[in-house]
Amino acid sequence: MKSAVILLPGLNRDRDMIAALTRISGKPPVTVWQTDTEIPDVDLIVIPGGFSYGDYLRCGAIAARMPVLGAVREKAAEGVRVLGVCNGFQILVEAGLLPGALMRNASLHFVCREVRLEVVNASTAFTRGYTQGQIIRSPVAHHDGNYFADAETLKRIEDNNQVVFRYAEGTNPNGSVNDIAGIINEAGNVLGMMPHPENLIEPAHGGTDGRALFESALDLAGVAA
Amino acid sequence: MIKARVTVTLKNGVLDPQGKAIEGALSTLGFEGVGHVRQGKVFDIELESSDRKQAGADLKAMCEKLLANTVIEDYQVEIG
Repeated sequence: MKSAVILLPGLNRDRDMIAALTRISGKPPVTVWQTDTEIPDVDLIVIPGGFSYGDYLRCGAIAARMPVLGAVREKAAEGVRVLGVCNGFQILVEAGLLPGALMRNASLHFVCREVRLEVVNASTAFTRGYTQGQIIRSPVAHHDGNYFADAETLKRIEDNNQVVFRYAEGTNPNGSVNDIAGIINEAGNVLGMMPHPENLIEPAHGGTDGRALFESALDLAGVAA
Repeated sequence: MIKARVTVTLKNGVLDPQGKAIEGALSTLGFEGVGHVRQGKVFDIELESSDRKQAGADLKAMCEKLLANTVIEDYQVEIG
């Protein structure tokens, strides 16, 4: 399976993401620059974390209007899997590829710590490698991860099982409504999440809980089809 | 030339932790009787055109497409 990583000025988790995809899939991902209007044929497109455009205006707002996001939108419409982590999640909501918004953390503090996540929907293309209700560890590092959606949208995504990850009880680091840490689009091929699974993929990281997400998204052996 | 001011504020009902912190700071400074504080953004925009009607339409489009995130924010356009 082939993957691509989108590069924008101000992202800083791109190298971690490229390393994770390379180690897990055995092949380095192609990289696609923000002004590119075409993305090569890949099975997974990843928008990594960081501070694109210095978080100016709103986190992810400027990045979401760059030409490459048009290409991401086209690929997503064709059914290609798209993963946005941290700033990548913020960019996907700003681009309208996922519902809701990510606001300043309720504490107003930048949070950089480990949280526990509940896998609320283990039947997505990204989470098949986990079991339903499994609690996994994951680092978070963000200032604006406070997920918000109006009551109607929230009801819709909850009813459709589009909430994929929740902060496990007592670990919500940012005030997100319904403890939401990650959501998927209605079609099931675009996932956005604030935590960083790419930073917990090998024993040297202190754990491998993030690995199954990439193995699922990349259709690697050991993951049920 | 047209000079316009766009004000973007959080919608009613959207929690504003920054506004709350400012509210607390005002009270710490001894200002009494301060009710809710909501914070937002102001954009001063110069347009080359002198067509006010077109400018109004353009500014609205700018708000919808970039300046405001209409999921959480309202905007107001004043043309000077």
